[in-house]
Amino acid sequence: MVEFEAVSLRFEDTWALHDVSFKLHAGQTHVILGAAGSGKTTLLKAVIGLVRVDRGSVKLFGEDITAMSEHDLYPLRGRTGVLFQEGGLFDSLQVGDNVEYPLLNRQIGEHNNKTDSSSAETQAREALRFVELEQTFDKFPSEVSGGMRRRVGIARAIVTEPPLVLYDSPTAGLDPITANTIMALILKERDVRNTASLIVTHRYQDGELMADFRYDPERQELVRLPQDGGSRHRTRFIVMKQGEIVFFGTRDELAASSDQYVKRFVRHEE
Amino acid sequence: MDLIGVGSLPIVVPTGALSGAIIALQMSRALSTYGANSEVGPIVALTLVRELGPVLTALLVAGRNASGIASELGSMQVTEQIDAMRALGTDPVQKLVTPRLLATATMLPCLTVIADAIGWIAAYLIAVPLLHLVSSGYYWSSSWRALVPNDLAQGLIKPLLFGIIISLVGCYYGLRTTGGTQGVGRATTQAVVSASIWIFFVTFLIDKIFVNL
Repeated sequence: MVEFEAVSLRFEDTWALHDVSFKLHAGQTHVILGAAGSGKTTLLKAVIGLVRVDRGSVKLFGEDITAMSEHDLYPLRGRTGVLFQEGGLFDSLQVGDNVEYPLLNRQIGEHNNKTDSSSAETQAREALRFVELEQTFDKFPSEVSGGMRRRVGIARAIVTEPPLVLYDSPTAGLDPITANTIMALILKERDVRNTASLIVTHRYQDGELMADFRYDPERQELVRLPQDGGSRHRTRFIVMKQGEIVFFGTRDELAASSDQYVKRFVRHEE
Repeated sequence: MDLIGVGSLPIVVPTGALSGAIIALQMSRALSTYGANSEVGPIVALTLVRELGPVLTALLVAGRNASGIASELGSMQVTEQIDAMRALGTDPVQKLVTPRLLATATMLPCLTVIADAIGWIAAYLIAVPLLHLVSSGYYWSSSWRALVPNDLAQGLIKPLLFGIIISLVGCYYGLRTTGGTQGVGRATTQAVVSASIWIFFVTFLIDKIFVNL
């Protein structure tokens, strides 16, 4: 689904990404940890070609996007949901219009002249219901709280039911209760729709939640996975330092790492 | 178009009126030295249509709209709305730059014509009823006769180019904003300064071309 092969990118004198290689398969989750400025967000943006890499190759849905034109990238980006750090909502559009935007945009991209706005509205309302914010449909982003904006961002990212969703620091700057609500929604999205996810975060417990829990649709709550269950290995951890991947492995391998830098992300729990 | 055109009228109309009135006042003194009071109409018409109307209107619109465009797009850039747009498969140039370019390039010539007309009327009020420099009929006929197609062409080509400059400069600085809210402030200032310098430079080039025609 996503494949990085020896990817490097330099901003002036600093390596934003240096010799980065990894693969993300369908249904898998990669949690990306690292200090501020270690290249986590750049890596996420490189996945859909928002930043262009200097060396190596980036494949998205099996297609090499390294030298692909912006125009040719649009259909591939349409199959990817993205949650930006602050939500990235359009200030001038109401919440409902923000969530409808990818649907209407896709219809225009497919040259479907009979843009079915009522069906788009139904889907947008359903996505907002998924994040428990249907009541904000007619509000502007400035009229809702930071946590709500993040949840609307999730609704917009998943409204087209993409097979891959990228989350950039979904819990940054939020109180622990709201952060856990956001993570529960991400987990719910992953398990209900079996999407592949790339999650950038500062919080180790976000990754822990992704690795150790699953969403039970019948009980409508998160349940802990068995310690020896194979599902736990669907989640991998990447730790980045100065543009390089210094750790790649499961949660147990991360917990057992003796690397001083890597250990900081395991032990720094809130 | 409404924001850039109608929204700019409250600053363009008084500025146009005051420029016309000031030219008439200044010229009345200078012309009386040479006993050429009757030439006030042609001087006002030529100055406004060729130079002051287009340049002053453009500078005001640059101050209002180049800054507005740069700060709006700059805010969108630092809050990742531009990245979100690209991620959702929309070309930001097509969505954000093209409409602003068309609106400014269309509305600036209209605003300039309005500023010229208001300035012309204000100069009339100073020159005829207030200072009694010339008769009403002579003011209008002499000033209209003074204008040749070359002047009208300058008066319309300049605002068209200024409109393109203002919108593109505003979009350029807005879309390359970095550094959070501080960066937005910086981009806004740079857009106004840069657009103003470009306006003077382009007016110089056009004058150079038209003087030789």
